[in-house]
Amino acid sequence: MVISGIRLPMMTSLIVWAVIWEIAGHTDAGFILPPLSRIVWRVFEIVPTASFLDALLITGRAFLLGNAIAIGIGVPLGILMGRSVIADRLLLPWVNLFLSAPLSALVPVIMVLFGLGETTIVLVVVLFSMWIIVLNTRAGVRAISPSLVEMARSFGANGWQAFSRIYLWAALPEILAGIRLGMIRAVKGVVIGQLLVSVVGFGTLFEIYQSHFLMEHFWALLLVLFSFAFTLNELLAGLERRFAYYAASR
Amino acid sequence: MTPNIAPAEPRQTPGLAPIPPVATRPIVEVKSVSKTYAGGVEALSGISLDFPEGRLTTLLGPSGCGKTTLLKIIAGLIPASGGQVFVDGREVKGPGPERAFVFQDFALMPWASVIRNVAFGLELRGIAHGEREAIAERHIARVGLKGFERKYPHELSGGMRQRVGLARALAVDAKVVLMDEPFSAVDEQTRRKFQEELLELVANEGKSFIFVTHSIEEAVYVSDRIALLSRRPSRVSAIIEPKIVRGGDPEKIRRDSAYLDVVEDIWQQLKHYLD
Amino acid sequence: MQISDLASALPARREPPASYWRDALIHPLVLRLVSFAAVLALWEYAGRIPLSPAFPTFLETMGGLGAIIADGTLYKAFLITLHPLVIGLAVSVLLGVALGVLMGLHEPSEWLIAPVFVIAQAAPLAALIPILTFAYGIGLTAKIMTVCIMAMPVIVLNTLGAVRNTPKSLLEMSRSFLASRSQSIRLVILPAASPMIFAGLRLGCAAAFIGVILAELLITPTGIGDVISYNQSVADYPKMYAAILAIIVFSVLFIELLERIELTLFRPESRA
Repeated sequence: MVISGIRLPMMTSLIVWAVIWEIAGHTDAGFILPPLSRIVWRVFEIVPTASFLDALLITGRAFLLGNAIAIGIGVPLGILMGRSVIADRLLLPWVNLFLSAPLSALVPVIMVLFGLGETTIVLVVVLFSMWIIVLNTRAGVRAISPSLVEMARSFGANGWQAFSRIYLWAALPEILAGIRLGMIRAVKGVVIGQLLVSVVGFGTLFEIYQSHFLMEHFWALLLVLFSFAFTLNELLAGLERRFAYYAASR
Repeated sequence: MTPNIAPAEPRQTPGLAPIPPVATRPIVEVKSVSKTYAGGVEALSGISLDFPEGRLTTLLGPSGCGKTTLLKIIAGLIPASGGQVFVDGREVKGPGPERAFVFQDFALMPWASVIRNVAFGLELRGIAHGEREAIAERHIARVGLKGFERKYPHELSGGMRQRVGLARALAVDAKVVLMDEPFSAVDEQTRRKFQEELLELVANEGKSFIFVTHSIEEAVYVSDRIALLSRRPSRVSAIIEPKIVRGGDPEKIRRDSAYLDVVEDIWQQLKHYLD
Repeated sequence: MQISDLASALPARREPPASYWRDALIHPLVLRLVSFAAVLALWEYAGRIPLSPAFPTFLETMGGLGAIIADGTLYKAFLITLHPLVIGLAVSVLLGVALGVLMGLHEPSEWLIAPVFVIAQAAPLAALIPILTFAYGIGLTAKIMTVCIMAMPVIVLNTLGAVRNTPKSLLEMSRSFLASRSQSIRLVILPAASPMIFAGLRLGCAAAFIGVILAELLITPTGIGDVISYNQSVADYPKMYAAILAIIVFSVLFIELLERIELTLFRPESRA
């Protein structure tokens, strides 16, 4: 937006919202919504505590492991579906189903099968992030120009060379987009999982703050999580832009 | 019958042009129009140009020379940074009913049938449904798409889509039809067919056409008058009036020595822009 | 598998009909049936091993489904679950599309409002549920709010993107044919934006289902959430799985229905 000739960057309006939050925090709503300044102080207070670092470690580990599994299964599966009509027709209905199904309903199943521990959180992360990676990879592979494949073939590329030198690179913009979307879903998944399991990682902290009405602590935790999710999104989007330059000119 | 290439001298000596230009009054007058885009790219620098009524005038020049910019300024779609444009004696402040535009990428509404696309200009003017469909039907038939009224754009070939775009421009009965590289997205055969039909339209409709192209052959084939634009910032480097005898076998024209001479002349002029 | 798989999937080079039965076998419908049959058979097999005492076979789950349908539990649960879902979804759709269109057409409001939704879209908003419970109690309001915070960001941002991405040439076209501002919004911008708006609505719906189930599992067990958590606590796994299966199938069918409605009401060109 431009105000009297000065271009205001998009996110600057967040300052306006922060001020509104601060003011609202000093009214009666402050019971539920404490002033932002106090929440920010609380962030610095809780971040160095052992319980927070512990939760961060456990959550981060589950998040990374889950994403690694989702990428490790999702990308090859997507490439397979993009190349083979039969695999595509066999698997696509399931991918679409899991993509739009209310996965929160499946968390209790994972809980009864794998207990109230880290395994469950990892599996929830995989469940949330994998399908979009599969679908995007598939779309990327299908967008590869046939002449590029024929070029590789005419220069004598074998199957593995075609996969590692052509498919993976040509589909990279979509694969990266899929990984970014998958990670955003994974953040949501890890939080949903921990809210439901509530004895692992941040779930424990949520439980404690909630049951003791520690609103400032609770909001501080939310602030950390939301900032993390947003930063992650922006970082991955930046990475994606670095590779997207050739997406249009394949 | 020699091609008539007159360098665009400053306008103070209009009477002294070696051979008088097409003897009709100008319908569109462009007076020292310049355009500088935000960011400082100068697209047009002080262009002055007349467009005779009832004729087809082409803006020809290398890619990115600002010919589309000039056309859109005449259309009132983008404002000029300096200078004025007059259409039918009135200054252009924005789009107007006396001008109709044919878009390079057709600009058809994918959700609307052929007849609704063609009638769109009339719909916007509040003409009743029955009446505007009758007018649209006539123009659909005029461009050879009878029977396709209820089809949707994605069911048509590129050439047919541009016919819809043309019918839409004709349907609003504007005095001036502005065409922005209308045939650049269709195949060569269709393109030639279009060029022949365009000559027929110019001869029979009594409208003025302003045509943008980067193809020298196309410009020479269809134009009564060609304004050769130089590279950015663009100026008129020459006005050419290819005096080609139309009528008869269209294929003959393409082999006509006058036609080939004009093409060659323009090519010689444009060649040095490529370095 | 060779590289030629991709090439042979292209319509341009069709091989002569090598064998009729092979064509029939890779027919989409046949493969879909094969795929579903295979997964269900696998489920049945895994349940019989058994993979875990908490993993009923497919047939046991169907038995559980029959039981909760027969005694009316499922029907009543669905009615209760649909209540916050439908209200929350209606609010999200109306408000979300309106906000998205407003931001798409009016830059200052985009500057002010869009960043909030950009963050909301990336953030795990489910973590707000405990706060919503504090603010609105454990009743219907908190559940409706849960549905809204889950569904609205994607609807708003898709609508905004859709309005923003109206092809430039269509905008120029409508201007050159003298459309007024309201005409070009009504006749060009909104129709051009509608496919992407509807895509946002479908995503919003999926998120709304996630939200309502989460609300019913976290805030207070009601509706389907109650059937799931009650049967979980008494270890009646067939019924628990049946309830989960039912809500997933229901949500998928619901979104499918939405797509059908979109196609019949708003997309004449795709039916032609």
